[in-house]
Amino acid sequence: MKLEDLAQQSGEWMSGHGPESDIVISSRIRLARNLADFPFIRKCSPKDRADIATEVHRALDSLPLSADTEYVDVAKLGDLDRQFLMERQLISHELSEAQGARAVILDPSERFSIMVNEEDHLRLQVMQSGLDLESAWERIDKLDDLLESKLTYSFTKKLGYLTACPTNVGTGLRVSVMLHLPALVATKQIDKVFRALNKINVAVRGLFGEGSQFMGDFYQVSNQTTLGRNEVALMSKVKEVVPRLIEYERRAREFLIEESKQDLHDNVSRALGILCTAKKISSEETMHYLSKVRMGVNLGLIGDIQIPTLNKLFIHTQPAHLQKLRGNKLSVTDRNIERAIYLQRHLSKPTINENN
Amino acid sequence: MKCNRCEKPATFHITELTEPEGPKVLHLCEEHAREFLATDSVSPSSAISSVLAKQLKMEKVAEEIEASDKKTCPVCGITFAEFRKGGRLGCAYDYVAFEDDLEPLLVNIHSALGHSGKVPKNLRGSPERQRQLAQLREQMKLAVKKEEYEKASSLRDQIAAIEAGQLSEEETTDEELPPSDSFQSNPHDEQ
Repeated sequence: MKLEDLAQQSGEWMSGHGPESDIVISSRIRLARNLADFPFIRKCSPKDRADIATEVHRALDSLPLSADTEYVDVAKLGDLDRQFLMERQLISHELSEAQGARAVILDPSERFSIMVNEEDHLRLQVMQSGLDLESAWERIDKLDDLLESKLTYSFTKKLGYLTACPTNVGTGLRVSVMLHLPALVATKQIDKVFRALNKINVAVRGLFGEGSQFMGDFYQVSNQTTLGRNEVALMSKVKEVVPRLIEYERRAREFLIEESKQDLHDNVSRALGILCTAKKISSEETMHYLSKVRMGVNLGLIGDIQIPTLNKLFIHTQPAHLQKLRGNKLSVTDRNIERAIYLQRHLSKPTINENN
Repeated sequence: MKCNRCEKPATFHITELTEPEGPKVLHLCEEHAREFLATDSVSPSSAISSVLAKQLKMEKVAEEIEASDKKTCPVCGITFAEFRKGGRLGCAYDYVAFEDDLEPLLVNIHSALGHSGKVPKNLRGSPERQRQLAQLREQMKLAVKKEEYEKASSLRDQIAAIEAGQLSEEETTDEELPPSDSFQSNPHDEQ
């Protein structure tokens, strides 16, 4: 599997399947693990890092994983490829920017990825479309068992899996549910809702964009603690919160319709109009309008467009994706043109004349 | 600044809210500050004693932090100060070496202590074991250097035994674990 092939397709988690998939994009679980025979990353010599990568690579080769599972040497990748994997949420910013031996193991259908030599020696990640933490846990538990049969993890009965940062010690578990909450943003209720959530030890952050600038109205809800409760209990904390968020979002959507269905219909249709006709468009603007269109489709105000197409566009219109799809590097201006062309190709009705 | 009552440096700065003269500021060394509060000579209010109590506590915490910061992990060589600065530990043995200092931090982060959840089948990855191995390897090197080959070979056997996991039984009992069910959190408790 080449990264070019990966760029052409979209992962299972973008498919728009599974429970509550109009609002919940995906469920993710990650586990932090360290190999007992090596110091943690900050004290690793270049040789330690290389040895860890080799040991993990060897272990993987002996496991009954799909033959298409790819071991990617991240140290050998160029800037564009690393950014591409980041946009795809297969590697983290930390892994992309680190120095020395590091890798990512990719499942061809993007149902899991394993980062090697990130903040911890191993970061296992499992993704699943819709709200389905149980399946995600089942799969990551198995993947972890497989790796553990070949590798010796750093573990004590008292503190569980030992991690480089004490915030991950114990289960090493991070459960994240990605939600699309455009109506809560539009009705300016999002901050209020999240303030309430913070009190119950659940972290919320925007999915795309750094810091406080949340693009596309995507949010990620995850557990804040990892020690003292088992995986099922930690998961249930997040699972308790998500239905409430879904409920709030649905109510906010109902409110928008009640207030003025015509205004809302106009708003989402204009958004689609811009995406279908613009000749150059930035990533931010794209996210902004795609988010409106996605809500419009879910509310039955826009027909003819499939949710999986929109989910895919959120990812594929990002800078590195456009360049991978095009096959060469593009300046910001050229990217904005390329993005507009790409959007039109995927959103325009066949009746609209396609020149591209 | 010197103490108002002696030559020692003043470490306590007390603002007394006296009626009807208004606030009175005192700079005292630790000794005189204690005396000042104990003798009740200027009728200290309970508010002041609580401020001082807090100050004393803070001072103690500062001393403790300083002592903790100097602690060094015998395996990876990181100091607690280095960990505090970067937020990342140097090796698994840090959890043993800095146990006393990490415990309050863990309680703060997780509101809990004690692992509950998945346990690997392979329990050989304890930091104690890693340290043991590191020490034995060091001793073996030394023995070889001193040409004490008999000793070196016995050490080699010990290392091999640990690596093969034959001593893992012993180790798990070494860890002074509380009864495991006290850690088992039941998902129903979470509701």
